[in-house]
Formats: sequence, structure tokens, C-alpha cells
Amino acid sequence: MLGGMTAVTLNQFLPMPLAILLAVVLTTIVGALIEIVFIRWLYKPSVLRMVIITIGVSILIREIALHVWGEGVKALPYFTGSSISSINLGGVYVSSQVLWVVGVGALAVAALTAFFNLTMLGRQMRACAANRDAARLCGIDAGNMVTLSFMISAAIGAIGGAVVCPITYVQYDSGTPLAIKGFTVAILGGLGNSTGAVGAGMILGILESFSIWVLPTAYKEAISIAILLAILFVKPSGIFGSAEAARLKEF
Amino acid sequence: MARRYFAVAAFSGLIVAIQLATLFTGTGFYLTQLTMTAYYSLVIIGLCMLIGYAGQISLGHAGFFALGGYVAAFLTTCDLKSQHGAFFSLLEKSGALVFRHDVYGGSLLTVHPWLACAAAILLTAAVAYLVGGPVLKLKGHYLAMATLGIGIIVYRIVLGTEFLGAADGISEVPGFPLTAGLVITGASSSRVSNYYLAWGLVILGMVLLLNLIHSRVGRALAAVHGAEDAAGAMGIPTARYKLNVFVLSAVFAALAGVLLTHYNGGIGPSEAGVMKSVRYVAIVAIGGMANLWGALSMSLVLNYLSLRGYFGTYDDAVFGVILILIMLFAPDGLLRRHLLSDLKRVFSRDPSEEEAP
Repeated sequence: MLGGMTAVTLNQFLPMPLAILLAVVLTTIVGALIEIVFIRWLYKPSVLRMVIITIGVSILIREIALHVWGEGVKALPYFTGSSISSINLGGVYVSSQVLWVVGVGALAVAALTAFFNLTMLGRQMRACAANRDAARLCGIDAGNMVTLSFMISAAIGAIGGAVVCPITYVQYDSGTPLAIKGFTVAILGGLGNSTGAVGAGMILGILESFSIWVLPTAYKEAISIAILLAILFVKPSGIFGSAEAARLKEF
Repeated sequence: MARRYFAVAAFSGLIVAIQLATLFTGTGFYLTQLTMTAYYSLVIIGLCMLIGYAGQISLGHAGFFALGGYVAAFLTTCDLKSQHGAFFSLLEKSGALVFRHDVYGGSLLTVHPWLACAAAILLTAAVAYLVGGPVLKLKGHYLAMATLGIGIIVYRIVLGTEFLGAADGISEVPGFPLTAGLVITGASSSRVSNYYLAWGLVILGMVLLLNLIHSRVGRALAAVHGAEDAAGAMGIPTARYKLNVFVLSAVFAALAGVLLTHYNGGIGPSEAGVMKSVRYVAIVAIGGMANLWGALSMSLVLNYLSLRGYFGTYDDAVFGVILILIMLFAPDGLLRRHLLSDLKRVFSRDPSEEEAP
């Protein structure tokens, strides 16, 4: 939401690629600041405590956004073409922005996978997630890793917001449902498994879209949450997560 | 024992004192918001029981509140005159249905408020019982997200359902005649009686919960909160106790929802919103988690200020900030029962020792 809103605002006096870039940078900085101000200095915080703090922070950001941007619905123009133009892909007509979303999404997953598997920093971060104390014994600064992970997820969120907002539009309160859906997808795909998350995201999106065949559109949101609950009840390790890895985590 | 009832008596005295104060200063209109505060407080003390004493978090209590309110509102406003059949005529003969007139003078045949209230509470209890089983198996942030999800599902359903008024909610809900001359309604003529009725109910709820805490069940809950595995090993059916408290707190929320809906004469989807649930949790947190009196007094102050509009457009932000500050600096809640002794220790000893729990 923050990424989309900032990009729309900056787009008024900057060319679009530059506006999006700056919006992503700003959102990344906000992500880092949130971690440094609210999380970093806590002494051994429980996950529940952090979740409640971040829920509080999200309310705060939402309220600030409401006061800064008002209640209006905003959107970026289409990156290429317009809202009525489409591209013919083997007989199927697809809006060009949809291709942008899919392309950027694929790029983000590839970049994340490469980062976690190929770079030193990515491996250090995975070590922290697996065992924080052991990682610290190996000389990894766990605190910095948490800040970095906040920044990466804020940046990806901002990119997503900017790319998707020409289609879905953006508003001060469009963040909260996305947070729930993000959590659903993360659990569905198995936590810390970004390829699994993409598959889970597609499943969730398709289920949600097809649910309007049998149920009113207004219930769409409830469907994805019902799926989250069902997964939590039945298989908390997610569809693509391994049950063994899940046993180490406490549900 | 005596101390417990001394606090109840002192609080009752405070309630009377507030009413007398508004009487002598000629500010009787404050009682309307204070009555609404009372019903919200009913949700808060139920939630305090769940969070503080059973150690389970719920970010979906506004959902139960709205569930109760909507069922009562729907049943008491839905016109059944065109319905025929053995079931409806049986209901009508047994006095379960009442004739009344709407604001335009047309006659309506609706379900009696008592029956609607019973239906609302039974339905909420059943829902809480059904979802509570699997939900309470979860721990920590999974529990928080699952309960948040339940709240959002209720919100989306009431927002998207045509016969529940969609975004407009249900209005023109009639008063709730309890006994002769005692009606739960927002009419200014019965303001004082409604004020005492609402707070009397809160005090009744407090006595019930206080007795529960000091009973065998309460001690068992304390053991579950302290160390669930150890409590289980001692032979306490932990899952059953947690579920029962969850259902109890949901019933408190539903009752509050039913009565506030009759008092306000309507209910809207915002009552089921995430912000309401977060607000309830924030008030329980600032009240000291396992401190019913703290939660009740904070609910009285904060709900009243919010309902009177003192926070202006920053209403939701205020509760967000409260939640953040409490979780950052006092994750056990602000008004803890041992707050005074804790403060004494902080000031008399080296603060670095306080780091270790």
C-alpha cells in the first residue's frame, strides 16, 4: 500500500520508472526504521509480541496514510499500453499490465532464490532463521539480518504495490487484507519457501476468483481466510512445506 | 473474600457517584455514552478472562459481538407476517412472536426480543464452541492470526449479505422489554434506568468472573497459563478449560452485542471490524492482562473518551499507539496487580538486575 501510494504521488512530478524506484527505496527505509524503532532493542521478544506490535504499526501507518492521502482511490497509469489495449497470446487476449505483474513476480522469486542460495548474505540470513544462537556463534550479526529481512520484504511489497496498482487501484486501507492474504500464502506454501509461496499464491488466487461462481463476490475475502484457517487446522506445515521442518517450529 | 466484595461495592459506589454528579451538574446526556461504555466493558472483562487468566489471545472478539448483535437485530426487525405454516403459527400462539408498529405506522410481526436474545447467545456459543476447538490448539502468533481471521470472516459476511443490510447495517431495532417499565432503549426518558441496568449487568459479570477466578476452575486456569504441559501432567484437562473460557468470553461479547444493539436501535458492520477487536485487546493490555479491575477501569475511561469523540479523527490511531507502547514497554500489561511492588523494586535496586525475568 505504502509503495503504491508513494509511487502514485511521486509520479506527479517524476517520470514513472524513477518514481517507482524512489517509492521502493523510501518504503525500504520505512521498513528498516520500523524494525530499528520497534523491534530491534527488545530483549528476546516472543513472536506473538512482535506480531501484535507490527499489527499496531500497520494501524498507525494506515491512519497516517489516511491523513496524508485521504480516502480517495488512486492508481498509476498502465506501464505500457492502456487499460483497454490487450496483447494476443496464442488466441488469448491479456492486458499488458498483467504480463508486467507476472514478469515482475517471476523476477522477484528468481532474485530471492538466487539471493538465499548463492550469496553469502542470503546464506547468513537462512542460518539465522534456522538457529539464531548458532548463527551468532559463527559471527553473524543476527540483529542486522532481521533489519535486512524487514527491508527486503518491505521492498518486495512496495514493488508489488507499484506494479499491481494500475489494475487493482490503491487506497489507504488496501494493506490490511493483503497482509492477511500474505500470511495465508506464506503458511500455505510452507514458511521460508518462496517457490512454494508462489504456487500457494496461485492456488489461493484461483480459488478466490472461482469462488464467485458459487458465492457472492462480497464473500471473496472471507474465502481466502477460511482457507487459511483450514490449513492451520489440518496441516500447519503448509502444502509444500515438509512436516519435519514444521515439527521444529511451535504452532 | 471480603476484599473481593469491597472492590465490587466501591465500584458500585463509583457508578452511583457518576450518575449523581451528572444529575447535579445537569449533564445527564453523558449517561448515554456511559451506558454504551458499560456494554463494551462487558466484552472487555470477558476478553480479559480469556487473555489474562487462560493465557489465550483473541483478535476476533468484535466478530462475536457483531454475531450476537446481528442475530438479535435481524430477528427483531424481520417481518414474518407473510410467513404461514405450522411452525410459525405455533410460535405465534406460544407468544414467541410479537406484533408491533414500525416508525411509519405499518404493523410488523417479529420475534420477541427475549427469544432473539436467546437465539443470538446460543448461536454465538455454538460458533465459538465449533471454531474454538481447532483454534485453541494453535499457539502464539498462529492463534492471533486465526482469531483475526474469524473476525474478518464475520465482518465480510455481514458486509456482503443483503438481508443483513450490507454496508448500512440493520436499523430500527426495537427496545428490549425486560420487565414491566424496564426497557432497554435509547430513549432519553429511560436514560437513568438504562445506565443502572447496564452497569448492574457489568457488576454482575464481574462478580461471576471474580468468583470463577478464585474457584477450582480459576486455579486450574492459572496453572494452564503458567505451564500448560505441567498443568496437563497434573491431570487438568487443559483443552477443555481453554475452550470453556473461550466460549464464556464469546457469550459475554454476544450478550453485550445484543443489548447494545437494542440500546442503539441498530448495528452496522463496523462493529465487527478488525479495529474494534484490536481496541478490545489494547484495553485489556493497558488494564494489565490478568487484572479484571484494571481492564474494567481502563475500559470505562478509554471507551467513554472515544465515544464522546475526544480522540477525533485519530480514534483508531490512539488505540494502535496504546497497543504498540504497551507491547514495547510492558508486555505483561500496564496496571499489573504487582505494579506497586515492582516499582519499589526498580527504584531500590540496580536496574540492570531487572533484565533477568
